[in-house]
Amino acid sequence: MSIHDFNPTEKKDTRSGFGDALHALGKEDERVVALCADLTGSLKMNAFADDFPERFFQTGVAEANMIGMAAGLTIGGKIPYTGTFANFSTGRVYDQIRQSIAYSGKNVKICASHAGLTLGEDGATHQILEDIGLMRMLPNMTVINPCDYNQTFAATKAIKDHEGPVYLRFGRPKWPIFASKESFEIGKAWKINDGADVTLIATGHLVWYSILAARELEKEGISVDLLNIHTIKPIDEEAILKSVRKTGCVVTAEEHNRFGGLGEAVAQVTSTNYPVHHEFVSVDDKFGESGTPEDLLKKYGLDVPDIISAVKRVKAKK
Amino acid sequence: MTEIQQLQQRASQIRRDIVRMVHGVSSGHPGGSLGCTDFFVALYGEIMHYDPSNFTMDGKGEDLFFLSNGHISPVWYSTLARYGYFPIDELSTFRKIDTRLQGHPTTAEHLPGVRMASGSLGQGLSVAIGAALAKKLNGDDRLVYSLHGDGELQEGQNWEAAMAAAHHKVDNLIATVDFNNRQIDGDVSDVMALGNLRAKWEAFGWDVLEMNGNDMDEVISTIKTAQTHTGKGKPVVILMTTEMGQGVDFMMGTHKWHGVAPDDEQLEQALAQLEETEGDY
Repeated sequence: MSIHDFNPTEKKDTRSGFGDALHALGKEDERVVALCADLTGSLKMNAFADDFPERFFQTGVAEANMIGMAAGLTIGGKIPYTGTFANFSTGRVYDQIRQSIAYSGKNVKICASHAGLTLGEDGATHQILEDIGLMRMLPNMTVINPCDYNQTFAATKAIKDHEGPVYLRFGRPKWPIFASKESFEIGKAWKINDGADVTLIATGHLVWYSILAARELEKEGISVDLLNIHTIKPIDEEAILKSVRKTGCVVTAEEHNRFGGLGEAVAQVTSTNYPVHHEFVSVDDKFGESGTPEDLLKKYGLDVPDIISAVKRVKAKK
Repeated sequence: MTEIQQLQQRASQIRRDIVRMVHGVSSGHPGGSLGCTDFFVALYGEIMHYDPSNFTMDGKGEDLFFLSNGHISPVWYSTLARYGYFPIDELSTFRKIDTRLQGHPTTAEHLPGVRMASGSLGQGLSVAIGAALAKKLNGDDRLVYSLHGDGELQEGQNWEAAMAAAHHKVDNLIATVDFNNRQIDGDVSDVMALGNLRAKWEAFGWDVLEMNGNDMDEVISTIKTAQTHTGKGKPVVILMTTEMGQGVDFMMGTHKWHGVAPDDEQLEQALAQLEETEGDY
């Protein structure tokens, strides 16, 4: 596989990958139940709610209670999927997740849409850039940030059979569909391109931008070893170390604060095993603002040219 | 001896366990534990159907209990031990390193009888609602019981949960509020008054009962009445008046023993008021 293998003709939002997979799960497994805090349409949970009304629980604008109810539903063998925006799925209910789900070891799937800057015009109150960090810090929590519709679909299905709490983070904008459904296995990096000069590790929406950046860099004679880390915790140490041992440097790209996210997770792996220079494509400890997803990614330094220049910077330090 | 007298004897032993456990580590919460002892004995000794020798997390076919105000763990641990969930001797490990009897209840140590961590307040009602809904989905006719502190009701999540239970017609749940009007900083009515609790719960769509939580007869008969209110489309709550520190005179009538352990002398004074009916651990 290489960066030239993708010619996406269709765009879809990752949240639809979640909604479609949840609906499929509803048919396949009656243990699957869903809860939503007044954002059924935004989370694309309507099909599940319509077809399995007895297994769908509307909680109203009351996220703390939703998290607790989900924890309770596991007692009796249900597999609850909760749905709301990423901000309200994490920061708003941190202690509920901490005590009632993570510490209690409950098999709840916390599914969060509208993560990061790309929710766009609603602005900073809704654009959480800290959620990966919050969830990574919780013992027992698995953290997953898929990159497109297909990967989100696959992840939504895969986490059902993973015993234990999961944070699944996806987003709002229509985004190119390029990943195969086989690109996803919990905890296993997806190798997108073989390269020798720089390791580029991306998650979420920035995987597509990283492919575009790698194509440009190739034209300039820089070959990028491109990995998609969708499972940020537990992270695929083996894949990261194999790559940086080859290239000797790394760039990480994510739609998240530079604190707490993918970049720090990768740095922890490299710094304790094989220290290498590292450049972060991430938000520089700021809140977001209103704008189109494209304008925001550009303004906050997460655009294709930002990835290209980060790769060049880290290469120069080698 | 009548059945009620037997339950009262057990309550006396559990009260001894509570003050001894708390004294043993010079920490823990005796006041609310003593106040709620009769309720726990009624629940585990008379009301609930459960199998302590075969504890499962799912508890299918059993009544379930959730303690939301987890700081009164001493009364729950002693009750669980005295009713066969784990060896009574283990009560001596309360709050000590490597214990299953953590300061606040947890599932992390796999203590039989505990299905949810609690201690950070206000979360138990939501969990109980979820478990009750799971029972309905599973066609399981057994009930879910929960206990909440009165000070705990200051946490907003309770009222989110109260709304949801009525909306989703969670009528297989009997929640009880320990209404002792005490919390750490003082009387509940001084710290943050709860107003008319009966009116509040009724306004949220619940069936409301009241009882004296330190009268074993009344506790049993009221919970049995509450059972007859289940299955009728509404959740049920019992406002249970208790005396914090019940059974130990110097711990009663004050909030000061919410989270304070007795010293050696105070322990002796307390134990002199509580008959050793079944043998100390």
